[in-house]
Amino acid sequence: MSEQGRNRVEHATRSSRIGVGIIGIVLLVLVLAPFWGDRQMLRLLAELSTFVALASLWNLLAGYAGLVSVGQQAFVGLGGYLLFAMVILGGVHPIAAIFIAGPIAAAVSIPVAALTFRLRGAYFAIGTWVVAEVFRLLASQVSVLGGGSGISLPAAAVIAMAPTRQAREFEIYWLALALTVLVLAAIVTLLRSRHGLALTAIRDNELAAQSNGIGVTRVKLIVYVLTAFGTAMIGALIFLMKLRISPDTAFSVNDWTAFVIFITVIGGIGRIEGPIIGTIIFFLMRQTLSDLGSLYLLIMGAVAIVVMLWAPKGLWGLIADRYGWQALPLQRHLVFDDARRAGDT
Amino acid sequence: MTEWLNVILQGVLIGGLYAMFAAGLSLIFGVMRLVNIAHGDLIVLAAYVALMVTQTLGLDPLTSLLLVVPAMAIIGYALQRLLLNRTLGDDLLPPLLVTFGLSIIIQNGLLELFTADSRKLQAGAVETMTYQIGPGIWLGLLPLIQFVVAVAVIAALQVLFYRTSLGRAFRATSDDPSVAQLMGLDTRHVFAMAMALSLAVVAIAGVFLAVRSNFDPAIGPARLIFGFEAVIIGGLGSMWGTLAGGVILGVSQAIGAQIDPGWQLLAGHIVFLVILAVRPQGLFPKVSG
Repeated sequence: MSEQGRNRVEHATRSSRIGVGIIGIVLLVLVLAPFWGDRQMLRLLAELSTFVALASLWNLLAGYAGLVSVGQQAFVGLGGYLLFAMVILGGVHPIAAIFIAGPIAAAVSIPVAALTFRLRGAYFAIGTWVVAEVFRLLASQVSVLGGGSGISLPAAAVIAMAPTRQAREFEIYWLALALTVLVLAAIVTLLRSRHGLALTAIRDNELAAQSNGIGVTRVKLIVYVLTAFGTAMIGALIFLMKLRISPDTAFSVNDWTAFVIFITVIGGIGRIEGPIIGTIIFFLMRQTLSDLGSLYLLIMGAVAIVVMLWAPKGLWGLIADRYGWQALPLQRHLVFDDARRAGDT
Repeated sequence: MTEWLNVILQGVLIGGLYAMFAAGLSLIFGVMRLVNIAHGDLIVLAAYVALMVTQTLGLDPLTSLLLVVPAMAIIGYALQRLLLNRTLGDDLLPPLLVTFGLSIIIQNGLLELFTADSRKLQAGAVETMTYQIGPGIWLGLLPLIQFVVAVAVIAALQVLFYRTSLGRAFRATSDDPSVAQLMGLDTRHVFAMAMALSLAVVAIAGVFLAVRSNFDPAIGPARLIFGFEAVIIGGLGSMWGTLAGGVILGVSQAIGAQIDPGWQLLAGHIVFLVILAVRPQGLFPKVSG
């Protein structure tokens, strides 16, 4: 074997190069949205991007680490309440509060994991739900934050962010976009790292991963804590956009878990592209069917069941299996060095 | 002192209801390792079925059980045969997400049909009859009936599991579904029978829930959580354990509510988390999950 004839592991494929290009263009268009979109469009895009982030985080947790939680609303609500507590009680700047909420929630998630990890599989799911309920009930006991009826963000703190309403809206929108990109970039970096290889192995076969020497519980704990970190930051941002928080909205299982699961399942669970596709479908469905009221949710539940039974890898899974596409450079494939090939033959 | 005795007594009696929530959940987990996220919503569905039966036929709620129980059992059998059997396998995700979807469908379907108004089943004189069993200690007839029924349901499940051929099929499938199939058992049918039985218990629980308090389409998930907590407190796979778990949960909630009404649910959750921390296998475990 010649000295320079080393094999390399590459992530990128032709489709991922095109994918990254398209994502770059879309991102540029989105960054410039304040200059081409109206106020409603900005609100919609900001909301959309928070759902992309939440669903991507849930996807990392459930799709890769196999931790199917139906209690992520615990961290959305915790993030929201931490922001309100810091701003109202501590006079912290709202944007700084978002970034402080992340590490606090990560710290809280460690004892939560210590308890809920004792439950396996589906019982883990319900265990996380109990934790979210405990958070909700505790939040309604905190009278300085409005107790059960909730509280609004003081006008002074809102005005402190930016003087005019328009500047504030631009700021929040860019913040939402930046945070979502940050969350996605962190997930991609994680998946491309050594831990990511371990995670993909766990996703494909937990037992086989363990027998190959992966510390499955440790990797799962890392993912759980990181997910709590990101989910709480997004939660803080969501309630900064809403300007009002209450225990029932902050810890809503429908808004922060049912929708997120729907998005991930439809788009394709266990794939980074899935939540992005899923969010777009979810918003299209919402814009067209929301007049139907509860019937719309009923349709959503039925669609999720149908997808889970007949296309368990979701829409992106169908595409990826058929065409071998990946929009982001995540897969690993071995590239044989030409010099070595020449030397061998 | 007598005040606290009353509180604990009420807690024990409501614990019977929680044990019934738990028994159905525990049964299907034991047989096919399925955790039904829609369990609470099925309890509420049973309550609405009972509401329709009592309103259209003018039956007394307790008599309506004669129709509601078989109706729910048939729904359970069909649900398992047509939908849930397709989700069973090594992967955990499909059953979980499909029952989660089912939960959303049932909740919103009920909302569409019956609106969000709270309803209640009227059981007449039984509801208000009470007995004084000691100085200052009162026992309601309805809670007593409910508790006795809960004990009877659990005893019946225990007999069914260990004394009948269906129970043998359940246990065999639980131990190893593929070997059970080799021995000539149709596991799809066995699973469907387990779900039918689970929903028969759900029907009884639903009717008692509806007589005892107001209900609306959104209360299902909380019932799932109570049932789940009772299962974990009692220990997986143990039928009498679920009764103990239900009673412990009921008493904790009653004591919490007595201290501060806002603490009713919180007290129950905290006792559950403490037991999870110090004795994760539950108090009376039988099978490991």
